[in-house]
Amino acid sequence: MSEYRLFLVDDHGVFRSGVRAELAGEDGLEVVGDAGTVPEAIAQITATRPDVVLLDVHMPGGGGVAVLRGVTDALGSEAPVFLALSVSDAATDVIATIRAGARGYVTKTIDGKELADAVRRVAEGDAVFSPRLAGFVLDSFTGKSAVPEPHLDPELDSLTKRELEVLRLLARGYTYREIAEELFISVKTVETHASNVLRKTQQSNRNALTRWAVNRQLG
Amino acid sequence: MTSQIRPRPEPRLRRRSGGKVIAGVCGGVADHLDVSVFRVRVVFVVLAALAGAGVLAYALLWFFCPAGDDTAPAEPRERRQAYGLVVIGVMALIGNLIVASSAPAQSFLAVLFVLGGAALVWREADVTGLSTGRSRLLTWSRLILGALFVIGGLVVMVAAPDTPLAGMNPILLAVLVTIVGGVLLTVPVWMRMLRALNEERAARIRTDEREEIASHLHDSVLQTLALIQKQASNPDTVARLARSQERELRQWLFGDQARPNESLAAAISAVAVEVEETYGPEIETVTVGDVTADELRDPARARAWGALVAATREALVNAAKHSGASTIDVYCEVVDDEVEVFVRDRGVGFDVDAVDPDRQGVARSIRGRMERAGGRARVTSTPGRGTNVALTLPRTAELTERPADPRPENDQEIA
Repeated sequence: MSEYRLFLVDDHGVFRSGVRAELAGEDGLEVVGDAGTVPEAIAQITATRPDVVLLDVHMPGGGGVAVLRGVTDALGSEAPVFLALSVSDAATDVIATIRAGARGYVTKTIDGKELADAVRRVAEGDAVFSPRLAGFVLDSFTGKSAVPEPHLDPELDSLTKRELEVLRLLARGYTYREIAEELFISVKTVETHASNVLRKTQQSNRNALTRWAVNRQLG
Repeated sequence: MTSQIRPRPEPRLRRRSGGKVIAGVCGGVADHLDVSVFRVRVVFVVLAALAGAGVLAYALLWFFCPAGDDTAPAEPRERRQAYGLVVIGVMALIGNLIVASSAPAQSFLAVLFVLGGAALVWREADVTGLSTGRSRLLTWSRLILGALFVIGGLVVMVAAPDTPLAGMNPILLAVLVTIVGGVLLTVPVWMRMLRALNEERAARIRTDEREEIASHLHDSVLQTLALIQKQASNPDTVARLARSQERELRQWLFGDQARPNESLAAAISAVAVEVEETYGPEIETVTVGDVTADELRDPARARAWGALVAATREALVNAAKHSGASTIDVYCEVVDDEVEVFVRDRGVGFDVDAVDPDRQGVARSIRGRMERAGGRARVTSTPGRGTNVALTLPRTAELTERPADPRPENDQEIA
């Protein structure tokens, strides 16, 4: 198993040391640094060049999105992959972080082993959906909006039947392996569908994505 | 806990501080409207020619706009240009006064002295305090000069033989002039007091809010943390306490959630919370879409919705009591013509064909309920891998008072 270098960004020191402690026993993962503020995070990630950044969504000074933008501006295609880590209710922030390029989203109640798995999976180029993220994305892609959407790209702004099925099962809490069994396809295919959904979420023009998240926040 | 509170971008007009020529009003307006400062100044000069409206507007803006925090001084070129415009503005004002009234030139000169003196004093003793960064001697000499101008102007106005005020009682006049002069010269002090008062009020509001937050945290979070410390040896209780506190705190932080009687999603979430608090396993609820409040209250269908929520609760209770799983997933999706609810656990599962009558009864109570409501229930389970309950209710279904379902029990699917 290859060794992945991990960087933690969270404005709560206690949480960072908690994650460090939880991941300490995991093979193949090395925490190479952590940061608690946006500028510090950008500077240190640029300097240490980790493989994966575990990114708190909600931080003062622009939040995870600001870190993502800053690092991507500095490193371009050399930038590490980002995994969003959130206390889960602020849909606006989560969707914004995913749209800014994070490869996945997990909630802070995730246990150490699952977190390590999620880190490995994003490091290997896979998309990581928690049921809640799948729900957010489903909601925004299937939400019937009364307002006409300008500039719809039919390829990007809709999900295929198979992608919808995969997304629904993710929202129901299925693992990739269970989805593969349920749909009689390979795990690899499930991964491909999930990655496609994530790509469409990040690139889609749908205003609904943002609007939905905003409504959800207010509702 | 992460903060949801972000500073709002402040759209307030602020005067320029470092880059000011007189009081930074034009600069502030220019920054606020994002236009060139020269144009703004020209507009004020033109307005000054209209019965002095520009001067009045300038003075009012000076009073009521807080000073900005910029420090870069104005360029010498800009400064010279601005002084030129000030001269033009003053001349426009004089022209106006001469045209507007028939009083002698002496009075205008006095008015100009008063205005100029007041401007000088206000500029030095701005609402933010005495100007800093320059020599105190210069500041004080300007202050004194300004005061002398004001007093001198007022004296000339009163003492001139052919002034319109000449007919008045000299004592009354003296008192009046003293008051006017005093007010004119102390305007910066009054403004400063007013502002300090406002700031104090804002600070008090902040303190109140802080106290309210502190008392809420004391009543909820601190209590829970104390309980958690006492229960440290009992991980289940700790987890439950932490979860319910988290939920409560989040509700408080992120504002009002939809009420269960107006939102199906909220009703399903509420049921999940209730079961979680009663039985202990963690329930992750994901809802997609929602039905409208009208649809939910429609009297013909209200009982069907109730049946769906009750069946969901039943399925959750079953999973919590019998599956042995530590987490249960609930997924509720509202699509065009129906609502689907999935309750899933990764617990012990059971053989649907060979269940004992007790559990069979439970499965039927879920299924019977859904079918009377015009919907469907499907239970799939595999021993060792957990149980799935899928509930489907058409959005147009009404509750029918049919007797319990007579169909045979073996229509359950096995995964």
